[in-house]
Amino acid sequence: MIIEIRLYATLKSYRPELKVGEPLFLNVDEGTTVKRVLEEVLGIPAKVVKTVFVNGIYRDLDHVLADGDRVGIFPPVGGG
Amino acid sequence: MARGYRRDETIIGNGVFAGGEFHMSKDRLQERIRMLAEVEGDIEVISLEQVKVLSSELGLSLKEVELAALEACVLPRRYLRNLGTVGWDGQARLLRSTVAVVGLGGLGGYVVEALARVGVGRLVLIDGDAFVDHNLNRQMFATESNLGSSKVQAAGARVAGINSAVEVVGHAVEATPENLPRLLEGSDVAVDALDRLPTRIMLQEEARRQGIPLVHGAIGGMVGQVMTIFPGDEGLYALYGRGEVPERGIEVELGCPTTTPMMVASWQAQEAMKILAGIGEPLRHRLLLIDAEAGIVDVIRPGI
Repeated sequence: MIIEIRLYATLKSYRPELKVGEPLFLNVDEGTTVKRVLEEVLGIPAKVVKTVFVNGIYRDLDHVLADGDRVGIFPPVGGG
Repeated sequence: MARGYRRDETIIGNGVFAGGEFHMSKDRLQERIRMLAEVEGDIEVISLEQVKVLSSELGLSLKEVELAALEACVLPRRYLRNLGTVGWDGQARLLRSTVAVVGLGGLGGYVVEALARVGVGRLVLIDGDAFVDHNLNRQMFATESNLGSSKVQAAGARVAGINSAVEVVGHAVEATPENLPRLLEGSDVAVDALDRLPTRIMLQEEARRQGIPLVHGAIGGMVGQVMTIFPGDEGLYALYGRGEVPERGIEVELGCPTTTPMMVASWQAQEAMKILAGIGEPLRHRLLLIDAEAGIVDVIRPGI
């Protein structure tokens, strides 16, 4: 199944070939969790990610993805 | 919730009139206001100059005169361009409100600027820092001539210059679990303009405890986020979980450039204004996420 990933802010550095704002399309197995995409496919340690949203809704790392899901991955933002 | 606008609320609250030598009823004050009013379009307005004259003549605060004018359906002209959006009732509610702004850095400075201009009657400002030169890139009240001086003091001076009807209560201290309960007391809305995640969560907890809506904003690089958190909402926990949070975020690497705080602070001040004036829909249970670098704006909702 195909999922669409969007990496925000500093996480863009894990896919430097992507243009700013360009989504990444991945072909992953049915039943794949957010955590597996993060760690095994993208190589992003789960601890640097604080916020994941799938189709505009916050999800935790154990969330099971479905075909066509749009996944946003967001690091913590704390400046003022 | 924001304090409601009550018709019966007395506007002359400082006792000068009640038992003082210059006894004057509210009716007579409003009569004076009507006499000084000018017609502008299809409404009656009173100039800032006349508000000041009445205030000094009668020993009332500017805020008291402005509130009396609003009650008499004479708009202080300084708020004329607010009227279409905020309304008569909304403007009076704003003037009667107290907002605590916690943190007077990049976000807090612009938030205070906006709240003073829109006409929030009382601002509680909390920040223990003094200005340093790396604040000059983005902090509204930092100037070359006030480096080294207190941010609270600079903010107070700026507010006095913008809108002297606004009462400022400054606390040049860092917000801590010990002092925050006292500092937030009596506020109708609190604004999270801090720069450390654990302190933000501490503020959320205290605001929740006191039943005060909180407007969260944070930035890093060209990314910003805004969320309005009512007491009982998951708020920052929905974002960061209930476990330990890092001290700081992407701003360590990406910095805090000039325009991102302006963008996010505008949203924060707007949220505070909406709650207080009783207009619009707050960004509640929704996180506004702005990636200005990519030109993408998302609104994220919690899972059900």
